[in-house]
Amino acid sequence: MLRRTLEPLLWTLFSAGGVLAALLIPVLLFLFGLAYPLGWLPSPSHAYLLSLFGHPLARVVLFLLCVLSLFHWAHRFRYTLYDGLQIKHLNELIVLVCYGGVIVGTVTAAYLLWQIP
Amino acid sequence: MRDQAPYTQDHPRLYRRRVSTWWWLKRWSSLAFILRELSSIFVAWFVVFLLMLILAVSRGSLAYQEFLRWAANPYVLLLNVVGLLFVVFHAVTWFNLAPQAMVVHLKGKRVPGTLIAIANYAGWVVVSVAVVWMFQRV
Repeated sequence: MLRRTLEPLLWTLFSAGGVLAALLIPVLLFLFGLAYPLGWLPSPSHAYLLSLFGHPLARVVLFLLCVLSLFHWAHRFRYTLYDGLQIKHLNELIVLVCYGGVIVGTVTAAYLLWQIP
Repeated sequence: MRDQAPYTQDHPRLYRRRVSTWWWLKRWSSLAFILRELSSIFVAWFVVFLLMLILAVSRGSLAYQEFLRWAANPYVLLLNVVGLLFVVFHAVTWFNLAPQAMVVHLKGKRVPGTLIAIANYAGWVVVSVAVVWMFQRV
């Protein structure tokens, strides 16, 4: 088990990620995963998307969306493995994979959002 | 030789019924619980998908068109259709639970849970419409 003092912080990040994911992911996944590739809606021009993603506020929102969603995933997936598959004895490995994934994702998101021209 | 008897953690073995790994398949409510937990995998997939979009957009117009073509291939579409179902399930279960997580008092009275749930759903609609508007402006 993770140290008891860390658990409330992780739960808060999980919860914040849950809110952001619930509010933003369905519409974004619908637009970029279905509506634009299938041509249901005219896809935004490249120039427009570039200026939108490059806006400082958008960079911050997208960064928070990525990082908090990953924390949400890590916390929930960890408990899914414990409860669903009853593999709590692999605790260290699961924690490493979940929070390691968060760290890799955070660094990647920070780099990708920072390098937008 | 030790100078004192070693401490052993002897305690009577407790009787525990083995729980099957697939315990959550037996009832709809526990299956719904596991499906809700599994929605987190698609939340993580979306982050990967979004970062790929951001990378494509920052590489240029051609890379962006290439990304949209790749997203139109049947396997990616299938993944995103399943993903969309799961993230909508996440959103619905999340907003339904909101009244239990948020206790709001107005003028000394507790705001009823249904009102909090309605406020959450209204917020969801407003944010979704705003996002579509933002991307459809040009």
